[in-house]
Amino acid sequence: MSACLDIVNLSAVLPNGQRVLRSVSLAVQPGEVRALVGESGAGKTMIGKAVLGVLPSSVRIVEGDMRLEGEDLGKLRPKARRTLIGARTALIPQDPLTALNPSRRIGPQMTDRLVRILGWSAERADTRIRQLLDEVQIRDPERVLKSYPHELSGGMRQRVLIAAAFAAEPRLIVADEPTTALDVTVQKQILRLIAQLQREHGTAILFVTHDLGVVAKISQKVSVLYAGKVVEEAETAALFAAPRHPYTRALMGATPRYTDPFASLKPVDEAVLAGLAAEIAAVDQAWRQPHG
Amino acid sequence: MDKARMWRRGVSPRLWLAGGWLLLALLAAIFAPLVAPQDPLAQDLMLERLPPFWLDGAEPGYWLGTDSLGRDLLSRLIFGGRIAFIVAFAAAIAACLVGSTLGLIAGYFGGWADRIISRIVDIWMAFPPVLFAILLVAVLGTGLSSVILAIAIIDWTRFCRVIRAEAMGQSRMDYVENARIAGYGRIGIMLREVLPNVVPSIVALLSLEMGIAVIVEAILSFVNLSISADDPTWGGIIAEGRLSIHQAWWVLVFPLITLILTVLSFSQFGEALKARFDPVLR
Repeated sequence: MSACLDIVNLSAVLPNGQRVLRSVSLAVQPGEVRALVGESGAGKTMIGKAVLGVLPSSVRIVEGDMRLEGEDLGKLRPKARRTLIGARTALIPQDPLTALNPSRRIGPQMTDRLVRILGWSAERADTRIRQLLDEVQIRDPERVLKSYPHELSGGMRQRVLIAAAFAAEPRLIVADEPTTALDVTVQKQILRLIAQLQREHGTAILFVTHDLGVVAKISQKVSVLYAGKVVEEAETAALFAAPRHPYTRALMGATPRYTDPFASLKPVDEAVLAGLAAEIAAVDQAWRQPHG
Repeated sequence: MDKARMWRRGVSPRLWLAGGWLLLALLAAIFAPLVAPQDPLAQDLMLERLPPFWLDGAEPGYWLGTDSLGRDLLSRLIFGGRIAFIVAFAAAIAACLVGSTLGLIAGYFGGWADRIISRIVDIWMAFPPVLFAILLVAVLGTGLSSVILAIAIIDWTRFCRVIRAEAMGQSRMDYVENARIAGYGRIGIMLREVLPNVVPSIVALLSLEMGIAVIVEAILSFVNLSISADDPTWGGIIAEGRLSIHQAWWVLVFPLITLILTVLSFSQFGEALKARFDPVLR
């Protein structure tokens, strides 16, 4: 069975030639949650955007393949690629405050996509949306569907966005730090909700986050990213039990713990950073030779 | 619920005062033959330079007095309002359609479309507007349609610049990216996601532009380049009033007050409407 998402050797550069993704390979199997963890600026979001075909125009993919359920995205015509991505993927965005159009009511915003892009009937879309709102535990769907986004709280909006992401039964959802912009108390509920819907719908998720605590709760596999390079890849349980790469160990060391809040907040060690820099330089050196 | 809240917040004096004056002036202009106390063109040298009603020597039926040819000032202002409103609506809507469309395209698509449209706007705005208007009317010939055309040709840039900036901001929003992921086409996104968010600004600008069109029409008729000299226009009356300021100040003052109130009302009405249209401010 082919992977739901298979990225092989993906490299991307900025106009000044700087690489932002360094031969990234990662696969997400059907129904699996793959966490993508790293510091800000490590290229986590960039990978998500590359998969969804919405990279900023300044970033150029220079090599590598991306396959969505076996279909090579690079070989499709732009229109066919858009249709494929639109039908099989969805995004749970980072900031629920800007991810909904402020001048349109929630209801039409949610059903529109099902009706216009996927060609569902209005009734079917409406039923589906209500069902999903129920699944994300929105108790008064009537009011929510009639509301404008600013009339809902951040947590409610994120629930709406989660419902919208699952509505068309995509095979793959990219969740881009979906809890970062939320209150700590709401974060937990939202995370639980995503995990629950993921199990029920059997959707594969590429879960982008910087929070190792979240990784431990939700994912089966983890890729640790540094400066656009995957430095370690493992089963989540194995990674937490025995991190192999020094950077992963350092990241774990930097995760706050309730039992020992001050001692646990160690910055990443100088020696580790120097080792990483050398590793990156070596990779770039090796990459430049065949690519001129 | 929506409606109830709208009413609660709805008592903005700005909206009602401005809207009230505009409605009054508009109705008077539409029903001018019924409301105007006198024939605006009827000259009567026995009645020349009658003062307004509260001064000695006023005649009943000539509420704001008469000009040097004995024509009733109030009737002339009411009939002048017809031309003012026709020009305001037609010219502002034409300028809005052209300017907003180009602005939306430049702001949303960016790249070459933006570069070309923005350069044209820059060049356009280098012309002094009033001179440009006078020149255009001189070339096109006087008459209602050339005045409208001239104003639209000059002022579309106003819409273009503002709407371009707004569309540009909108196109970077996450919901636009979401729509792209969902598979909407570029034009579909522009119309469904971006346009509704710039509508409040378009409405405000449209109302402001109507005020500007009233001024430009007054300027053009002041220099006798607007409509034929016989039809009363606010600018024309002001020009006449200027000549007889020492004998009959009212011929200058009343059309000026009318003009200022109308222009001010248009801009205030637009601002108030913008607040009303914007779902976040609402």
